[in-house]
Amino acid sequence: MEEKIKLNPDSFEALPKAEELDNEKIAAPSLTFVQDAWRRLKMNKGAFISLWIIVLMLIVAFGSSFFIDHDSLVKSAPNYANLPAKIPGVPINGFNGKLKVAGEWVDEYKQNNISSDKYFVLGTDYLGRSLAERIIYGTKVSLIVALVATFFDLTIGVAYGIISGWKGGRVDNVMQRIIEIISSVPSLVIVVLMLLVLKPGMTSIIAAIAISSWTTMARMIRAETLQLKSQEYVLAARSLGESAPKIAWKHLVPNLSSIIIIQTMYTIPTAIFFEAFLSFIGIGISAPETSLGVLLNDGQKNFQFLPYQMWYPAIVLCVLMIAFNLLGDGLRDAFDPKTRR
Amino acid sequence: MRKYLLKRVFYMVLTLFLVATITFFLMKLMPGTPYSNQEKMTPQQIQIMNEQYGLNKPIWLQYLIYLGGMLHGDLGTSFQYSNQPVSYLISSRIGASAQLGLQAMIFGVVIGIIIGSFAAINRNTWIDTLCTILSIIGKSVPNFVLAVLLQFYIALKLGWFPIADWGGFSYTVLPTIALGVGPLAETARFIRTGMVDVLNSDYIELARAKGLTKFGIVYHHALRNSLIPLVTLIGPYTVALMTGSMVIENIFSIPGIGEQFVKSITTNDYPTIMGVTMLFSAGLVVVILLTDIVYGIIDPRIRLSGNGD
Amino acid sequence: MAERILDVKNLEINFHTYAGDVKAIRDVSFHLDKGETLAIVGESGSGKSVTTKSLMGLLANNAEVVGGSVMYHGQDILKKSEKEMQNIRGKDIAMIFQDPMTSLDPTMKIGQQIAEPLMKHKKMEKKKAWAQALDILKLVGIVDPEKRINEYPHQFSGGMRQRIVIAIALVCYPEILIADEPTTALDVTIQAQILDLMKELQSKIETSIIFITHDLGVVAGMANRVAVMYAGKIVEYGTVDEIFYNPQHPYTWGLLNSMPTLSSTLLEAIPGTPPDLLDPPKGDAFAARSTYAMKIDVEQEPPFFKVSDTHYAATWLLHPDAPKVTPPTEIIRRQKLFAEMSVNKSVKA
Ligand SMILES: Nc1ncnc2c1ncn2[C@@H]1O[C@H](COP(=O)(O)OP(=O)(O)OP(=O)(O)O)[C@@H](O)[C@H]1O
Ligand SMILES: [Mg+2]
Repeated sequence: MEEKIKLNPDSFEALPKAEELDNEKIAAPSLTFVQDAWRRLKMNKGAFISLWIIVLMLIVAFGSSFFIDHDSLVKSAPNYANLPAKIPGVPINGFNGKLKVAGEWVDEYKQNNISSDKYFVLGTDYLGRSLAERIIYGTKVSLIVALVATFFDLTIGVAYGIISGWKGGRVDNVMQRIIEIISSVPSLVIVVLMLLVLKPGMTSIIAAIAISSWTTMARMIRAETLQLKSQEYVLAARSLGESAPKIAWKHLVPNLSSIIIIQTMYTIPTAIFFEAFLSFIGIGISAPETSLGVLLNDGQKNFQFLPYQMWYPAIVLCVLMIAFNLLGDGLRDAFDPKTRR
Repeated sequence: MRKYLLKRVFYMVLTLFLVATITFFLMKLMPGTPYSNQEKMTPQQIQIMNEQYGLNKPIWLQYLIYLGGMLHGDLGTSFQYSNQPVSYLISSRIGASAQLGLQAMIFGVVIGIIIGSFAAINRNTWIDTLCTILSIIGKSVPNFVLAVLLQFYIALKLGWFPIADWGGFSYTVLPTIALGVGPLAETARFIRTGMVDVLNSDYIELARAKGLTKFGIVYHHALRNSLIPLVTLIGPYTVALMTGSMVIENIFSIPGIGEQFVKSITTNDYPTIMGVTMLFSAGLVVVILLTDIVYGIIDPRIRLSGNGD
Repeated sequence: MAERILDVKNLEINFHTYAGDVKAIRDVSFHLDKGETLAIVGESGSGKSVTTKSLMGLLANNAEVVGGSVMYHGQDILKKSEKEMQNIRGKDIAMIFQDPMTSLDPTMKIGQQIAEPLMKHKKMEKKKAWAQALDILKLVGIVDPEKRINEYPHQFSGGMRQRIVIAIALVCYPEILIADEPTTALDVTIQAQILDLMKELQSKIETSIIFITHDLGVVAGMANRVAVMYAGKIVEYGTVDEIFYNPQHPYTWGLLNSMPTLSSTLLEAIPGTPPDLLDPPKGDAFAARSTYAMKIDVEQEPPFFKVSDTHYAATWLLHPDAPKVTPPTEIIRRQKLFAEMSVNKSVKA
């Protein structure tokens, strides 16, 4: 062993001090919590793609307001009724104006004497309205319902949760009992009752969804608030005499933000589902207005013969739901790295 | 323990009382009457009808009569099918709904457990990825969309099962799947997360250090510990199944409560709406109480602290 | 010489992580004799747990044994299949974990948890296994064992749970017992009880113990020999007396210095932090934190220099050409004591 050692004359000189604490300098640069979460989210491919899909859908849905006017959307054009998809330059059956009728591909556009330069990229519905336009518009309506409902759900839930957790004692006890009672009624029943009392329409659906679903958020926020309340910096702020709303805004909300964001991401798809569900069974948004649920309801009636009328809105709805759920999972893992490991 | 139970039952009754009260007065606010869907009626006829439904009495008296009747299981008379008591409407339909709900719950939970534990055991492999993708899809695709697709492609095109209606077991297969996929996906996700945690726990490492086989570890230690918390999901599942039944029963023309509920909503049949609301709330409250009790029984940690109560 | 039952040679273990390979164990060799207790000490992260887990075949999925061998009864444990390992674990080599609060299955009666290894390895029926579990419960000092055998872990205190964990480990009378910081999570009085229990059981059951700790304090009364680990390497090993009273490696000095003694109340923590094992430093890994570091320490890895037949240390300070350094005063005091002890010994002899 000893032979292998190559010694230099200065080998046994003491090391200069400077090198001593070298390894402490190499520590990785520390990232802020949000940066760190963002970095983790980017590593999660599914969630990241979902984020872009959602952004894209939002842009298309809301950007369409400039191009698709509501009046032409509800006006029927019987001579264009039930046309299949026809996309310029796509010779694939099903997308070239042909429809399978009794096992044969028939060019519906020709049969109905429609001029050959007329295209409906996703076909038309039973009133001859462009399905593509209706889907885009319907997506917008569904998204508005979901986003606004989620916003109220969040506001009520967060406020209720913080107050309940912060006040503690009797107030908390009573508030928790109320939540318990509300959540022992299926939220659908609440929604239905609300819809019966309010005039059917977008506003009532939003109100109904918001009112029936805030309890989950309130519960989670309360639990977290209870924990935060006993943390030192909050105690310090309290003993310094800061006012309660100020403490809530400055210290609680930032610390609750990850829960709020994650929970919001799960509330949105639930709200989307609820809207579609209600419209599908005919007590939500109703024709001639449109939403994904309305389109599904319309499509289902003709599904046997014109399956595309249901498939297209169904695909959009499912993609939207999947994207929100994946993003929700991704955010949960990004904010709480423990869960993934 | 007994004190705890009594307290719980008290809150249950209170909840149901509040639900009954709120629904009653909400319904009274409503514009419709039993006969608004009927053709023109003479004032005399209206008079007779009002008497028949007790609508000429003061509201508070109607309320007391309603509450009193409910104690005997009398939920009033349906506006829809005149002279049909709501309790009869419900009791004649509850069987189908209960069977469907139970089947869907069992299907979802059992398959979900299998998929979820499979994913957890093979964590970070393609099996896990596949299971995760499947459960995300199951969670995201609305059950009514799935129901329509199943009905068309499996029943109508392939002819494997009846398209609709209610009869023998074969009639229940497709609705059960459509209704059960939601709980299935939720269970799979829940079990996967739970079991991954459990498999990383110290006691599993100790079990490995004992020399137990992989199967022994999963079967004797991991499964039980990750299954226990699943009980807490039965409440939410019940809600999901009640919700789902409304649309699934409709699509498959199953004579159940959910289908009745939708019909009642679209025809402003308030007594039936109230009856079903009460039934759903009571069902949920009972399920929540039962699951709490069951949870206490199967989890030794809670079992003991419960005794001290 | 005593029979050697375990011989670890040039063990090298890497962990694959996103950031790269963590070289957690870098050329570790040691051996265990029949009936003895070997203590492995070192700071957190030095690789003690990884070393012992490799002996049990319980390494994490992302671990890779890069090289080395672990000979046990003439066979290399590292080459055994999972099935073969299952037959060794819990029967021939058993393990006690650090945290008794989390290492018992919360939903299984402790009787069954103790009986499991018997049912697996001795093919006992449940009844017989439970009877034996009852005996071992008595042995580890559980009061009223007939009643408590039917209870669940949460009904026991931390110290009691650790006794149960010990019972589980010993129920098959293993040849080797690995105790990974068995007392760290317990308070001091309970610690002493558990250590006493282990010593007592060792003589009854005739097992050899690998005792892992970062607390040199508990080593003195427990171990026959001590191996000091730093950054995935063993830097010094010898008998307890040699390590405690004639330490040679600056890291061992640091450890001893940071240990409370009767004579000195001044505790000196070792400055700095252990190196990043993703990219271990060349030469002596401790050099960066050592006040005795020499140029060669950052250039070449020190070989083991022999101090006595049983005592080796890997530090360039032992090289004949190295300048004489003055260790910390506490170490000088200890070395004086050691000199006296050996004089006494030779006088007696
Ligand atoms: N699964 C793993 N993946 C990556 N690195 C790991 C893994 N397990 C252990 N390590 C690394 O191996 C090194 C040694 O860890 P080990 O658990 O053996 O330390 P230890 O000496 O037991 O410390 P402690 O006193 O804290 O228990 C550490 O740097 C640790 O980060
Ligand atoms: Mg360790």
